[in-house]
Amino acid sequence: MFPSYDEISAWLPDLLGGLSISLQVTALSLLIGIPFGLLLALGVLANNRVVKGLSLFLVEIGRGAPALVLLQFIYFGLPTTGLTLGSYTAAVIALAWNTGAYTSEIIRASLQSVAHGQREAAVALGLNRLDELRYVLLPQGLRVALPALLGFSILIFQGTSLCFTIALPELVSRAYEIGSTTFRYFPALLCAGVLYASISIPTALLVNHVEKRAGLYAHR
Amino acid sequence: MSLTDLLPLLRGLTWTVALTAGAFLIGAVLGVPLLAARQSRLPPLRFLAMVIIQIVRAIPPILWLFIIFFGLGMGVMPISPFNAALVGLGLIAAANMAEIYRGAVASIHHGQFEASAALDLGRWSTLRDIVAPQAFRVALPSAASYLIGLMKETAVASTIGVAELAYQGNQLSQLTYRGLEVFALVGLFYVLLSLPIAWLSRVADAYLQTKVAR
Repeated sequence: MFPSYDEISAWLPDLLGGLSISLQVTALSLLIGIPFGLLLALGVLANNRVVKGLSLFLVEIGRGAPALVLLQFIYFGLPTTGLTLGSYTAAVIALAWNTGAYTSEIIRASLQSVAHGQREAAVALGLNRLDELRYVLLPQGLRVALPALLGFSILIFQGTSLCFTIALPELVSRAYEIGSTTFRYFPALLCAGVLYASISIPTALLVNHVEKRAGLYAHR
Repeated sequence: MSLTDLLPLLRGLTWTVALTAGAFLIGAVLGVPLLAARQSRLPPLRFLAMVIIQIVRAIPPILWLFIIFFGLGMGVMPISPFNAALVGLGLIAAANMAEIYRGAVASIHHGQFEASAALDLGRWSTLRDIVAPQAFRVALPSAASYLIGLMKETAVASTIGVAELAYQGNQLSQLTYRGLEVFALVGLFYVLLSLPIAWLSRVADAYLQTKVAR
C-alpha cells in the first residue's frame, strides 16, 4: 500500500523532474499572466468601448471556461487553424490566460479600493494618467491585492496538474507513468501528493501570514 | 458539424450537472461536521480537522481523482469512474464548504452570542435558532460562487473517463477534426451553465436580505 524506501529513492529523481516542470509552468504563467491581468483590468476600466469590450470578452472566457477546456482549446483546437504549439507553450499560454482573467478582477477591485481623494489629489497635482497609475494607484492597490494574488498562485500551481491531459511531463504525468509501468499506482500517486502538499501548505501558511499583516494597515 | 454532433455534448451536459450537484450536496452536508470539529473544544479534534482541510486543499483535484480511481480502485476495491469522481470532488467540496461556513459563522456579530447567553438559550439552541439562519444568509453568495467553481472543476473527471462535457468535447474533436469549434462550444456550455446559478444566487440573496434583519 505504501511506497518502500527503495521505491521512493528510485522514483524521486523522476518525480522531482516533474515537480520542476510544474513549478516552471507556474512561474511563467504568473510572470506573463499578472501583467496581462493588469492590462485587462485597465482595459475593463477604460472609456474606449472597443478596448473595454475586448478586455471583458477575454476576462469572461478566461474565467468562465474551465482551465482544462482552455488548455485543450489551445493545444487541440488551434492546430486546425494551422497554428501548432508544443505542450509546454500551450500550457503556459492557457494558464497565463486563466491567470490574467482572474487576477484582472483582483487588481481591478484593489485599484478601485484606493480612496477617491488619492485620484483627485493626483489630478490636482497635474500627474498624467500613467504617472497617476504608477506613483499613486498601483503602490497602494497592489498592497491590497497581494494576499489574493498569492492565494491565486497556489491555485495556478495546482492547475498545472491539468497539463497531464496535453502530455506535458509534469508531476501528475510522471506519477501516473510510474504507476502504469510498475502497477504501483497508489504509492506513486501518494508520493506526488506529498510533493504537491510540501509546496502548497507552506505557501498557504504564508498567505495567511501576509493576510494578517496586510490587514493591520487596511484599517483606516 | 451537424446537429446530431451536438447530441453527445448534450448528454455530457447532464453528467456534468449530475456530478456537480452530487459533489456539492456531499460537500454541503459533510462540511457541517467538519466545521463542528474545526471549532470543537477538544484540541486534538480541532487539529485533526485543520490537518484534513489543509491536506485536501493542498492536492490538485486531478490527483485526488487518480488516487481514488487508480490508486484505490486497482488495489483495494474497484470503483466506477463516476463514483470515484463523486467521492473525490465531494471530499474537496467538503473541505472548501467547511471554510465557507467558518467564514460565515465568524462574520456573525458577537452581540448575537451574548444576547443568546442573556436569554439563557443552550448551546444547541443558539446554533440552530440564532447562528445557523444568519450564517446561511452570509454563506450563500460565496457558496454559489464556489458551486460555479466546482462545476468547472468537474471537467477533470474527463481524465478518468466520466462521459461529461469535457470528455464528450474531446471525443467529438477527435471524430470531426474540428477542435476549434468543438472546444469553443464546450467552453460556451460551461459559461451558460454558470449563468442560472449566478442568477439564482442573486435572487435568493436579495430575498434573504429583505427577510432577515441585520
